[in-house]
Amino acid sequence: MEETHLLEPLVKVSGVTLQYKTKDHLITATYRVSFDVFRSDRFILLGPSGCGKSTLLKAIGGFHRPTEGTITVNNTPVLKPGPDRVMVFQEFDQLLAWKTVKENVMFSLLASGKMKGREAEEAALHYIDKVNLSKFANSMPHTLSGGMKQRVAIARGMAMEPDVLLMDEPFAALDALTRRKMQEELLQLWEETKFTVLFVTHSIPEAVLLGNRILLLSPHPGQVKAELNSDGIDSIDVSGHRLSDRIHDMLFKDAV
Amino acid sequence: MPEQNKFRPEFIFEQTEPISGVVQKPLTSFERLTNQSWLRKCILLIVMACIWQVYALNLNNSLIFPTFTATIASFADAILTGGLMGKALNSIEILLIGYAVGLVCAATLTALAITTRIGSDLLETLTSMFNPLPAIALLPLALIWFGLGAGSIVFVLVHSVLWAVALNTHSGFMAVSPTLRMVGKNYGLNGFRYVYKILVPAAFPSILTGLKVGWAFAWRTLIAAELVFGVSSGSGGLGWFIYENKNMLDIPAVFAGLFTIIIIGLFVENVIFNNIEAITVRKWGMQT
Repeated sequence: MEETHLLEPLVKVSGVTLQYKTKDHLITATYRVSFDVFRSDRFILLGPSGCGKSTLLKAIGGFHRPTEGTITVNNTPVLKPGPDRVMVFQEFDQLLAWKTVKENVMFSLLASGKMKGREAEEAALHYIDKVNLSKFANSMPHTLSGGMKQRVAIARGMAMEPDVLLMDEPFAALDALTRRKMQEELLQLWEETKFTVLFVTHSIPEAVLLGNRILLLSPHPGQVKAELNSDGIDSIDVSGHRLSDRIHDMLFKDAV
Repeated sequence: MPEQNKFRPEFIFEQTEPISGVVQKPLTSFERLTNQSWLRKCILLIVMACIWQVYALNLNNSLIFPTFTATIASFADAILTGGLMGKALNSIEILLIGYAVGLVCAATLTALAITTRIGSDLLETLTSMFNPLPAIALLPLALIWFGLGAGSIVFVLVHSVLWAVALNTHSGFMAVSPTLRMVGKNYGLNGFRYVYKILVPAAFPSILTGLKVGWAFAWRTLIAAELVFGVSSGSGGLGWFIYENKNMLDIPAVFAGLFTIIIIGLFVENVIFNNIEAITVRKWGMQT
């Protein structure tokens, strides 16, 4: 039973073309992108800006309808946003400024109707503890640093225990030292709970460190360039190259 | 090694030196007191009252400009015997009715505006048409429609509250960040729950501004309307009190009437709205 479960992709993206309209243009963000994410994957969408990786993530979140192709999660087509796919954003204002840290984490559980009262509070405190913010459970978000705000957002997402956690460059707005620390913490959390995460980034080192599988996208419009495995330590492969160097070459060989 | 580094050895301190001087110490009580804005404002008010008193004493003409003390005496007298309290309550009662009806209308219009595009067009058009129109200019028309009485005043009050509140609330909703909207949708909120749990708190600074502006507009409109025909609206309000006393050339009482309006205004702004701000937008870090 468990065996077949593992062989079945959790998120299936097949032939997805995404388009959106600006005031003057119809823009194709991604063109016929396909990939499969399996349970407990740390799946990275990597590419330069303009490759549609964020749009793709939002489409999996249900915020954007594909013009072509299908997206399924757990064999169910994605039609609208839902608490089985929780997004963590880059922006610090994703926290509800009028709620404390604890209430923010509880909010996800209560709003989605997953839990009630006491149970939600206990679950919230459990995940706040996981991201090492127990001391700040009753603080207002504006009193926290950027890194702490992102930890709250991660705790809020994880408390939902979603099928897949969708992270849209969650560490991009942090300073380099905090970012480094957050990456380590995320890996630590993954070791503990083995959640499935889809992570968008434009940083090659971040992709190599965090991912076990990396999808490389080319820009304008986004198309799949490669899908690579990563062991997290950027080791040298049989051809004598580091993974990060291979990615770097692939991304920049088209450039002038 | 670069040339200039040859004479500069690297070093690492195992232990940092103990610090002499202040790292953290409490402020003196004088510094604390001057940090209180209510205290600074009170001092300002006292200074202004003193200037008033000195000027009026020099002028020595209570028909044009009575002294501060005469105004206070007249104020106390009007409260004790002249029924000023009752008149003020009349004014406040009708004001609250007009304000409440205005808020309901504003909520309905804004709800329409955020759910449909045509509703949004409607709100924008109506606001740009009616917001610049002084409510008091509608009074003659209101008198024809609703007659001399509370109905007319409530009508002009609604007009003065509605546009300010609707405009501010709508622009507040529009300014809610896309990220926050997506967070709300992500956890399955929609319809009324989405507005109530995400949009309203996120737009609260704008909504509060609208409420304050609406309140001030309503207050002004009310007094102006009462000056015109306070006599017929029950026992008359503050505006009528001022008008009546002017006719009797009891100028200290006119000042006492104005004084009452100012006191109520200060109370609403500094006690009611200030406390609402303290437990909402300031606590949430949306306003410092």
